[in-house]
Amino acid sequence: MNFYQFSSPATFYSFAGRIAPWFAAAAAVLAIVGLWIGFAVAPTDFQQGEAYRIIFIHVAAAWMSMFIYLVMAFWGMLALAFNTRLSAMMAQALAPTGALMTFIALWTGALWGRPTWGTYWAWDARMTSELILLFLYFGIMALRSAIDDPRRADRACALLTIVGAVNIPIIYFSVQWWNTLHQGASVSLSAAPKMASIMLLGMLVMTFAAWFYTIAVALWRVRAIILERERGSGWISGMQGIAA
Amino acid sequence: MSEFIAMGGYGFYVWGAYVVTAVVIVAELVALRARRRAAESLAAGTARTEATR
Amino acid sequence: MTGALALSDNETPFGVGAALRWAVVRDLRLALRSRAELGVQLLFYVIVVSLFPLASSPDRTLLATMGPGVIWVAALLASLLSLPRLFASDFTDGTLEQIALSPFPLPALVSGKILAHWLTTGLPIVVLAPMLGLQYGLDAEISGIVMLALLIGTPILSLLGAIGAALTLGVRGGGSLLALLVLPLYVPVLIFGAGAADAVRAGLSVSAHLSLLTSGLLIALVGAPLATATAVRIALD
Repeated sequence: MNFYQFSSPATFYSFAGRIAPWFAAAAAVLAIVGLWIGFAVAPTDFQQGEAYRIIFIHVAAAWMSMFIYLVMAFWGMLALAFNTRLSAMMAQALAPTGALMTFIALWTGALWGRPTWGTYWAWDARMTSELILLFLYFGIMALRSAIDDPRRADRACALLTIVGAVNIPIIYFSVQWWNTLHQGASVSLSAAPKMASIMLLGMLVMTFAAWFYTIAVALWRVRAIILERERGSGWISGMQGIAA
Repeated sequence: MSEFIAMGGYGFYVWGAYVVTAVVIVAELVALRARRRAAESLAAGTARTEATR
Repeated sequence: MTGALALSDNETPFGVGAALRWAVVRDLRLALRSRAELGVQLLFYVIVVSLFPLASSPDRTLLATMGPGVIWVAALLASLLSLPRLFASDFTDGTLEQIALSPFPLPALVSGKILAHWLTTGLPIVVLAPMLGLQYGLDAEISGIVMLALLIGTPILSLLGAIGAALTLGVRGGGSLLALLVLPLYVPVLIFGAGAADAVRAGLSVSAHLSLLTSGLLIALVGAPLATATAVRIALD
């Protein structure tokens, strides 16, 4: 199968339009299953009571927030290396959803923290690094809107994403480094409580739901971006719904 | 049912988390549709200009 | 251009060493012509540090706890303030384009600029830190650690900041956009740098913090000039 045909915006536009609804449907089904597991099947936690049920979206969102960033960095590298427009457009399409996932992770994390550790916010490694990630996303989106030339914006945002990606393992591993540096200090937040496998299953299902949701939204958004940036080209002007 | 909403006293936190998540997801989808519509009319405008040239 | 370089016998005319020397000398010379501007930036650093005790209570133990963190944040802000100086004037008068077109390796030229930037911004920050520490009642040991951490950390600030400065050349939003881009990259430096002083106060070893900072510096030394050179070319295209 010739994959290079997909680097043409025109080909990818119709391909994305065909597969996005499937991912959206899968996401919806998985979300329903995951929420059912999370609320109807999983038992009450011995220590945290019902409050722990936030974990089912918190973990999914936090995982996606980092994963999306790395995928953006991947598309950015392709864009810089091969100078392809579509790679940069994919990175552009992912950023808002990545920022959204990061916000959800922070919000649900705060609401989980209040009843369990007594505070909405703690400057521990995990929460701090998630906050920095949110600022990285905002920075990338701000840079894109500040640069008028779309090709320069593509390259600048790709470079910024890649540089920020170097930051992420540093931030991620600081969770372990924190524990060695601050031994015995307060609650060990990085140690997941031993959980029943049903809870893990719920988290896994919700993570896949979030993943497929992200794919669907990114594909829909990249279609809009293609229309915005490639308008004026023959295949768009002649399209149903666009043609004069 | 009321016990489901109360969530063992943690209702505020659990629903605060889930409701806001639902709201922002809906907001993203709505914004996406608006962006799509705007892109379509922008493209239509360019198509008209190109056609009359 | 070659005449001013005073190449030694086995040095290549357009090699890294020559490029570095040329860029450092030029940028230092230009910076020292506007000594007032450098002075103002340092003054900003000093004033910011002095603001915090005025805003909160002058309680000695509170100040001693806050001190290293405040000095570090002020160093960050002063560094941010001075970043546009790296490329902006060369960009507007077209010199940067000529620099990029020259046969000298651009990462080396950029490294020279960054070194000059650190010598005129970071190094004064390090030197002034103990005096500012007096305002917070920091004892000699903690002051020393703050100085050492700043010595390792301020070059990182210059290196990472240069990437941001190059990315935002000629772009709307100027300084605040630059801050938004660069501060998330600065945060780990802040955490480990200021954290070293905290560790000393807690009686723990600082070696972990300082080694993390040093490895950050090494990574930045290798990666930042390349990233900055790429960003400069992106801005010039």
